[in-house]
Amino acid sequence: MARVAGIFGGGVFILSHLTALNRGMTPAIELINIDKRFGAVHANNNVSIAIAAGTIHGIIGENGAGKSTLMSILFGFYQADKGECRLRGKPEKIKSSTDAIALGIGMVHQHFMLVEPFTVLENIILGAEGGALIGPALDKARAALKHLADEYELDVDPDAIVGELPVGLQQRVEILKALYKGAEVLILDEPTGVLTPAEADHLFRILKQLRDQGKTIILITHKLREIMAITDRVSVMRRGEVVAEFDTSKTNVGELAEAMVGRRVLLRVEKTRAKPGNVVLDVRHLTWRDKKNIARVDDVSFNVRKGEIVGIAGVSGNGQSELLDVITGIAKASSGEVIFKDQPVGIKDSPAELRKRGLAHVPEDRHHRGLISTFTAAESAILGYQSNPALGKGFRLNRDAVVAQSLKQMQEFDVRPADPHLKSAKFSGGNQQKIILAREIGSNPDLLIVGQPTRGVDIGAIEFIHRRLIELRDQGKAILLVSVELDEIRSLSDRILVMFAGRVMGERPPSADERELGLLMAGVGKEAA
Amino acid sequence: MSTRSDLPAWVDIGLIPALNLVIAFIMAGLVVLIIGENPIKALAILLGEPLFSLQGWCNILYYATNFIFTGLCVSVAFHAGLFNIGGEGQAYVAGLGAATPGLILGGALASILPNALSQPITLLICLIGSFIVGGLWGLFPGYLQAKRGSHIVITTIMLNFIAASLMQYMINRVYRPTGNQAVESRAINDAYIWNLREIGNLFGAKLPSTPLTPVIFIALLAAFAVWYLLWRTKLGYEIRTVGANQEAAIYAGISPPRIIMITMMISGGVAGLLAFHEVLGPQHKLLLEYVQGAGFVGIAVALMGRSHPVGIVLAALLFGLLSEGGTQLSFEIQSISKDLVVVIQGLVVLFMGALEQAFHPLLQKFFRQES
Repeated sequence: MARVAGIFGGGVFILSHLTALNRGMTPAIELINIDKRFGAVHANNNVSIAIAAGTIHGIIGENGAGKSTLMSILFGFYQADKGECRLRGKPEKIKSSTDAIALGIGMVHQHFMLVEPFTVLENIILGAEGGALIGPALDKARAALKHLADEYELDVDPDAIVGELPVGLQQRVEILKALYKGAEVLILDEPTGVLTPAEADHLFRILKQLRDQGKTIILITHKLREIMAITDRVSVMRRGEVVAEFDTSKTNVGELAEAMVGRRVLLRVEKTRAKPGNVVLDVRHLTWRDKKNIARVDDVSFNVRKGEIVGIAGVSGNGQSELLDVITGIAKASSGEVIFKDQPVGIKDSPAELRKRGLAHVPEDRHHRGLISTFTAAESAILGYQSNPALGKGFRLNRDAVVAQSLKQMQEFDVRPADPHLKSAKFSGGNQQKIILAREIGSNPDLLIVGQPTRGVDIGAIEFIHRRLIELRDQGKAILLVSVELDEIRSLSDRILVMFAGRVMGERPPSADERELGLLMAGVGKEAA
Repeated sequence: MSTRSDLPAWVDIGLIPALNLVIAFIMAGLVVLIIGENPIKALAILLGEPLFSLQGWCNILYYATNFIFTGLCVSVAFHAGLFNIGGEGQAYVAGLGAATPGLILGGALASILPNALSQPITLLICLIGSFIVGGLWGLFPGYLQAKRGSHIVITTIMLNFIAASLMQYMINRVYRPTGNQAVESRAINDAYIWNLREIGNLFGAKLPSTPLTPVIFIALLAAFAVWYLLWRTKLGYEIRTVGANQEAAIYAGISPPRIIMITMMISGGVAGLLAFHEVLGPQHKLLLEYVQGAGFVGIAVALMGRSHPVGIVLAALLFGLLSEGGTQLSFEIQSISKDLVVVIQGLVVLFMGALEQAFHPLLQKFFRQES
C-alpha cells in the first residue's frame, strides 16, 4: 500500500512539475552568477539569466558584450570560472558540447558546422552514426527528417549535397541536425547575418512554430529589429554584464538601443546636401565571369563623383563583392572598362598600383582581407601601404615609424585599446574596423571604396564610422559604399544603385520609398516598379 | 610554427621546449636500456664529453655552423607558409657553386695577385656562388609551387634525390681528376678556409684539432640577416603577410607567387652557405655526401627554435652538442652506434613538432589556476 502511494506520489510530483514547466514557472535554463575571464578581458561578469520554457528569448548586445561567450559556456565550449547552469531546475555540469547535446541543447552557429560535400542526410547523422554500417542510421534519419519536415515546415531534400544548397537551406539543415539529436533548447547565434530578408522571415516563422510546439529558443543577435519581431523576452548585455531585461511587448527599439550602448543613439546621420564635382570613377559596361563562365557582374555601368557617396544596395551575393574586386584590381574584368581619374584601369594594374593612384579600399571581409590576425595592430595598419617611403627608406621598414603612425591613427579614430603592439585579433570587431578605416582614410585617397563598413560592429562604432564617411565626402572625396544594410545605405548615400543577380536594377535617390528599393533588391525590374 | 598561445611567453618558448627535450631524453634512455647499456652512463658521455673539453666545444660550434644555415633555410620558408624540406639537396647542389670558382678562378687570381688578396676575393666569389646555386635549387620548387601549384613538400623531397644523383654524376664525371680513384675533386687550395687550429698556429697557440672555422661568424651574421629581413624590411613584411594570409596579401597588392619564388630563392641560398662552409672549410674539396643529413636536422632546429633566428642559434647549439656527444658515445660504448643520436634527434622532432601541443592543455590548466 505504502509502495503504491509512493508511486502515486511520484506521479503527482512529475505531473505538477510538468504543469509548472508548461506555465513557464520552472525555467528551462537558468544561468546563475556566471563569471568568465580571458586574460585581462572580463567576458562575463556575474551574469544571471533565466529562460522560460517554450519561449523565444533574445540576448542582444554590442560586439564583445559577452553574448557568444555566455552561450559557449552553456553549450560546453568554455568552462565558466564561477557560476552554475541549471536545466529544468537541476544543476548540471556541461563540460563539452557532447554533454550539452545529451541534455537536449542544440546550437546553430554563426558559421555553419556542416560537411559541405556530404548530403543533408549524412550531415544530419553526423555524430550519431550508430554502428560500423551507416545504412540503418540513414534510414532512421530519413524517416525522422520527413516527420520533422511535416511538423515544422522544415523542408529540405535529404539527398541534396549541402555545399550546393543556398545558405538559408544550409541553416535549416543545422536546425534539423539539432532537432534530430533531440534538442529541446535551441541556441541560434546571429542566425540572420547570412540570410536574405525573405530567408530571415522564413526562419522566424520556423522559430515561432518551434516555440509553439514547446521548444525553447535563445536568439543571439545585435539587430534590434529581430528582437522586436520575434522574441518574447529579451536580455540586454553590455561589457560582460546583463544590464536590462524586458518583456518584448513592453519595450521599444529606442529603449533597447539605449540599454545596449548606455546612451541615446542617433540612428540617423546628420548631413548636408552633397556638392558633387567631377567624375572620379567611371564604370562602363563592366562584366566579370567566374570559372563556370557565369556573369557574376553583368554589364554594370555607373559613376562616382567627387564629394558624393554612391551606395550599392542589394542582398549579399548579387555581384557586389565581385564588382568591388574588379574595381580595386583584385580581379580582372572579362569585358567593359573601369576609368579611374580619367585613366583606364588596365590588366596590369595591381591593387598596389591603384592604391598609389589614390584608390583606397576597406574590404568587406576584414578577417580574411582587411587585417592579419596574427600581426600586431601596427603591422596590420600598414597592410597595402608597406612600400610607402615614409615608413622606411629603400628596402627597410622603420619599426618606429610604423608604430608611431599606427598610434596616431588609433588616437585619431579612437581605437581602444590604443596599443599598436597588441595583436590585431585581440581587438573587437568595431575597433578592428576602425584600424582599417584609419589606414585607408589616412592614405588621403581620391576614391574610397567601402564594403560593409559596419558589419559586426557595435552601435557606438557605427555612428563614429558613419560620421567619418560623411566628413570625408564633405572634404570632396568620392566614396563608393556597398552594404547589405539598407538603413545604412539610405542614411549615408547621395545616390543609391540596387544590384540584383549581377546587374544594376536602377538608381534611386535616398529618399526613395523603402518598399520600392526592396522590390528592386528582390529583382523586380524598373518596369514593374 | 603555431603562434596561438595564451601561456606566458617564457613557458611557450622556454618551458615547453625544455619539457619536450627531457621527455625525448627519457625515451632515448629507454632505447639505451633495451640495448642493454646503462642510460645514465650513456647520458654522462653524451653530454659530459663535449661540454667539459675545449675540443668538445669547438666541435659543437662546428656542427652548429651547419645547423644554423639549414635551420634558417627552413624557417625563412616557414614564414612564407612554405615547408621547405629540401635543405639537404639545396646545400648539396650548392657545392658546385662553392667549389667551381675555387677550382677555376682561384688559380687565375692567385697568379696575378698576392695570396693575401686572391684568397679573400676567391672566397667571396665562392660564398656568392654557393648562395646563388643553392638558391636556384630552391627557386625551382618555388616556381613549381607558385606557377604550377605543385606542392612544395613533394617537389623538395624529390629534388633531394635528384640532387644526390646529379652530384654523384657531376663529381664523378666532371670534377674528379682523371686517374684519381676517390670520387672527389682535387683539393681546393686557392679558396682555403682555415680551421681554428691552423689559425692558432699562426699566433703560436696550441689549439685542439677541430673542424671549427670562422664561418661560424658568417652563420651568426646570416641569423641576424634573416631576422633583419623578416622583421625590418618591406620584403620581410610581405613574406610574412603571404605566410599568414594569402588573401590579405592579394588585397594588399602583394603577389604571392612572386613572394613564394623570392622566399624559396633565399631559403635555398641560406642552405647553400653550408656548402661554402663544408667544402672550402673542413673538407677542402668537393666530395660525396658532405651534407650528412644536416638539411634534415635543420627542420628539427627550425621547429625547436620556433622559426626565430635566436631560437635557431640556440637549437643549433643543442643539436651540435647531440651530434658531437653521439660521436663520442659510439666511440666509447661499442654497442651504441652513432645512429642513437639520430634516434634522439628523431624523438626531439617528434615531441617538438608533431607533439608540440601535447603538454599545452596541461600547462594551460596549471597556469590558469595560478593566475
